[in-house]
Amino acid sequence: MSAKAYSVIGTRPIRHDGADKVTGRALYGADFTAAGLLHGAIVRSPHAHARIKSIDTTRALAFPGVKAVVTSADFPETAERMVDLGEGDTPLSYARGNVLAIDKVLYRGHAVAAVAAASPHVAEEAAALIDVVYERLPCVLTAPEAMLESAPQLHDGKSNLASQFQHVLGDAAKGFAEADVVVEREFNTATVHQGYIEPHNATALWNNDGRVHVWCSTQGSFVVRDCTALILDIPVSRVKVTPMEIGGGFGGKIPVYLEPVAALLSKKSGRPVKIVMTRKDCFEATGPTPGSFMRVKIGATKDGRITAAQAYLAFEAGAYPGAMVGPAGMTVFAPYDIPNAVVDGFDVVVNKPSTAAYRAPGAPNAAFATESVIDELAQKLGIDPIEFRLKNAAKEGTRRVDGPKFRRIGCVEVLEAMKNHPHYSAPLGGPNRGRGVAVGFWFNVGLQSSATLNVNADGTVNLVEGSTDIGGTRTSIAMQAAEVLGIPVADVNPSVADTDSVGFTAVTGGSRTTFATGWAAYEAAQDVVRQMKQRAAKLWEVEAAAVSFDSGVFTSGGRKLTFKELADQLPATGGPVVGSATVNPRGVGGSFAGNIVDVEVDPETGKTTILRFTAVQDVGKAIHPSYVEGQMQGGSVQGIGWALNEEYFMGADGTMMNSSFLDYRMPTALDLPMIDTCIVEVANPGHPFGVRGVGEANIVPPTPAIANAIERATGVRMTRLPMSPPTVMEALWSAGN
Amino acid sequence: MKWFDYECPRTVEAAVGLLSAPGRKVRALAGGTDLLVQLRAGRREADLVVDIKEIGELNELRLDSSGLTIGAAVPCYRIYNDPAICRAYPGLIDAVSLIGGTQIQGRASLGGNLANAAPSADAVPILIALGAQCLIAGPGGPRSLPVEDFCVAPGRNALAPGELLVSIHLAPPLPGSGAAYLRFIPRNEMDIAVVGAGASVVLKGNVFAAARIALASVAPVPLFVADAGDSLIGKPVDEASINAAAEIARAAAKPITDMRGTAEYRRHLCGVMTRRAIARAIARGKETN
Ligand SMILES: Cc1cc2nc3c(=O)[nH]c(=O)nc-3n(C[C@H](O)[C@H](O)[C@H](O)COP(=O)(O)OP(=O)(O)OC[C@H]3O[C@@H](n4cnc5c(N)ncnc54)[C@H](O)[C@@H]3O)c2cc1C
Repeated sequence: MSAKAYSVIGTRPIRHDGADKVTGRALYGADFTAAGLLHGAIVRSPHAHARIKSIDTTRALAFPGVKAVVTSADFPETAERMVDLGEGDTPLSYARGNVLAIDKVLYRGHAVAAVAAASPHVAEEAAALIDVVYERLPCVLTAPEAMLESAPQLHDGKSNLASQFQHVLGDAAKGFAEADVVVEREFNTATVHQGYIEPHNATALWNNDGRVHVWCSTQGSFVVRDCTALILDIPVSRVKVTPMEIGGGFGGKIPVYLEPVAALLSKKSGRPVKIVMTRKDCFEATGPTPGSFMRVKIGATKDGRITAAQAYLAFEAGAYPGAMVGPAGMTVFAPYDIPNAVVDGFDVVVNKPSTAAYRAPGAPNAAFATESVIDELAQKLGIDPIEFRLKNAAKEGTRRVDGPKFRRIGCVEVLEAMKNHPHYSAPLGGPNRGRGVAVGFWFNVGLQSSATLNVNADGTVNLVEGSTDIGGTRTSIAMQAAEVLGIPVADVNPSVADTDSVGFTAVTGGSRTTFATGWAAYEAAQDVVRQMKQRAAKLWEVEAAAVSFDSGVFTSGGRKLTFKELADQLPATGGPVVGSATVNPRGVGGSFAGNIVDVEVDPETGKTTILRFTAVQDVGKAIHPSYVEGQMQGGSVQGIGWALNEEYFMGADGTMMNSSFLDYRMPTALDLPMIDTCIVEVANPGHPFGVRGVGEANIVPPTPAIANAIERATGVRMTRLPMSPPTVMEALWSAGN
Repeated sequence: MKWFDYECPRTVEAAVGLLSAPGRKVRALAGGTDLLVQLRAGRREADLVVDIKEIGELNELRLDSSGLTIGAAVPCYRIYNDPAICRAYPGLIDAVSLIGGTQIQGRASLGGNLANAAPSADAVPILIALGAQCLIAGPGGPRSLPVEDFCVAPGRNALAPGELLVSIHLAPPLPGSGAAYLRFIPRNEMDIAVVGAGASVVLKGNVFAAARIALASVAPVPLFVADAGDSLIGKPVDEASINAAAEIARAAAKPITDMRGTAEYRRHLCGVMTRRAIARAIARGKETN
């Protein structure tokens, strides 16, 4: 456990961007304006699957106030090649095709053309005047159907099964033969959306010198820069991205949708062009998380040892390959030490929007299946569900089915904390109630980050970094620099810079920002200390090695200067001190999370009420405990949404019937109890402060924990998400209630 | 959203004149919580929007010996902020305090809820149950209409071109009367009724002297189930009577299957919600007996 004493780490200072956010002064992408700004509108496909026969833009171009119209024909003529948009190789035509459809539309809402005009209303009216002739094709909406021979094919000449993999550990057949009890079930999960409150937006200016400037809401300004450059076939050095404040992303604001379109419209019109999505656009045409079909089978001996496990995971990629089935395969059995296992994964294209990352992508689906089966096994064996998990829990040295061996992890500590939590032994206090538990894992990522520290004469420090601040990372990164420098965090002034002004920094995603950009800030601070020691040495006429630094004070012999005092001496000792660092860390520490949930199910309506919810998570080291708790609560709430009501409700023709927040039912404050948090700190040996990423693992256990609670309340096991009132009612009816 | 003209008349006559403008798509604007959303989404079109919030009669909220008069543009919050109205018509308060949320209730009117004619409108079943009357002005002069006859099809009401809903009138509550509105939604706010049930009863001792029941979201228009209420009259106040009335309501419902629930599920909920609404109405009736 993390026991080291810190002065800044582990405290709860107010956030540096607090005043801007609270007063409404923070500038988001939709707030951006510029002289001569035009407004763009996108023409979207009314069909889920169709061939584009023709696009006639004549009427739109003739409409008063219209300045430019673009279609995929405006992409430069570039030979097909594989490109890497940050999530593996994909054909350039797919990357472009999702931005503006090429030859075919593959989902309803697929962008087909765009208009720039003097006002958003004019652009909208003109967009309706673009005449697109479609040849409608039958659509296919689920992975099992899309994998049939007879299914309509999305990409000409290519199977809907875009890729598949198999992980094997030990001998599953032998393992199942050794089991006394085997449980096997099939599970379905619905397509769900991240539901960030701020819709996608982008403004682009294609300047007369050929340089493109983009202002947008993104989790990764460098991803936007690189993707925009690839799609437009211009060098990355020609694109500058200024990240505006972001109103949530959860993985959904990694891909580009509007930026290249705004840039093309700007190129044609010679003016900056802004495009802002509606909520309907966000639902229909950005990247939700895959719906999935899964089969999980697990066997155990009478005394509660798991002998074998098997998983079949078929995930809906949406229109283009890349369903998050890979991570599902990595996490599906991660909490357990299982000697024999097989995992088969299938990435299947369907006529729905191209899926994107969503908080621990793939893991909540997989955990819903595994943790439901684990719960049922525990019931059949008559073992307490936490004890059963503890008996089989993964530890340092446990090999995961996909290969890697765990380093120091906190799975056991999370389970122990759940077992010892007063919630676990509290009385349920009424009929139709049940308590469920579940655990989940997310591996987290490292990737590249950069940070620069400029020391001011008054002893404060300006921190320049490139990570979009979604969850308070300006502060959690600044705290790591402040800890090294021995100064208050209020004396570190962080800013998130544009891509011309800071070293390459990967996305705010994969729970990496506090871990990796925080580490860059830590290293940059070490660089500052090293340089400042030289300055002190110069003043004191000693060797730099003779200067020591501790808790913000430089000393040598009897002499002593605080950080602030020395900062004042910089002009006289050689000029400014700028510390900088880049990292590409390897020592990523995965995070385990667990939930205890009490529910009450109305036996007459099937409606589930969450009565009490406890979220436990191993975070390594909580840099800013309030932000960590916020992440745990946020992930829990989203998980509750997946569990109870959120789903893309699809018509047979591939139309999403509920593309508004009224009918796409995310939980509101009135649907939630206080989410109690319990931070577990098993230091990650791979980070200077022991940090593990905390943003994602917390969304993994809620769906099975709630399913397990519903089972205890009603005796009915739900195998389909969401467990909405009609679905639960129908299950109760089938069970004869 | 397309451009439209905007007028803000001060009198009913002026409003009727504007609403009768020949050859123009004219829409009355009360709180705008339906209309503006529909205009933005392109679900309705208007060349002229007539704001009716500055007209005196449409802002009247009066409780006296003749009952309660609610101007068509009075926002929900004014109704539930009046303690005397809360005491006299708790069933109405159930509905006006669950429409949307606090912000919506600052704008949303009963006139708009009725005139929008959504099958799911939350205020309509309880207004039907309470036997409310619509007072209408128009080029042909004033007229009145029972609320149950006001909605004629999804999104269509009984107003002729140029007509304006001026106010809604409720008779004074009788001793032993109680009413309640309950709706079922998957969440606890910001949702459209999967099923809504409004019930009013008048108790004489342990017997029903009168009862009216209406449902939301289970037919093309808010559904007045006269038989369900009638079945209670003269019956003892007990579970068997309530269950029988609820069964009539369940059988009368003609729901569709959509993203808010299957027809079978909705029919089932009609029985459950009607039973619960009658029980709550009875509890309130006993308090005033
Ligand atoms: C976020 C949100 C949540 C909502 N939640 C609910 C809910 O829980 N339950 C519910 O029932 N509704 C709900 N609604 C819908 C809406 O708020 C209600 O129907 C409300 O009562 C409409 O009143 P208004 O004054 O805003 O009507 P407006 O939008 O001003 O008008 C509605 C329609 O009626 C017409 N109209 C208005 N007044 C008159 C009049 N005097 N004479 C003739 N025609 C007239 C208008 O032309 C328009 O067609 C919600 C809406 C939103 C945006």
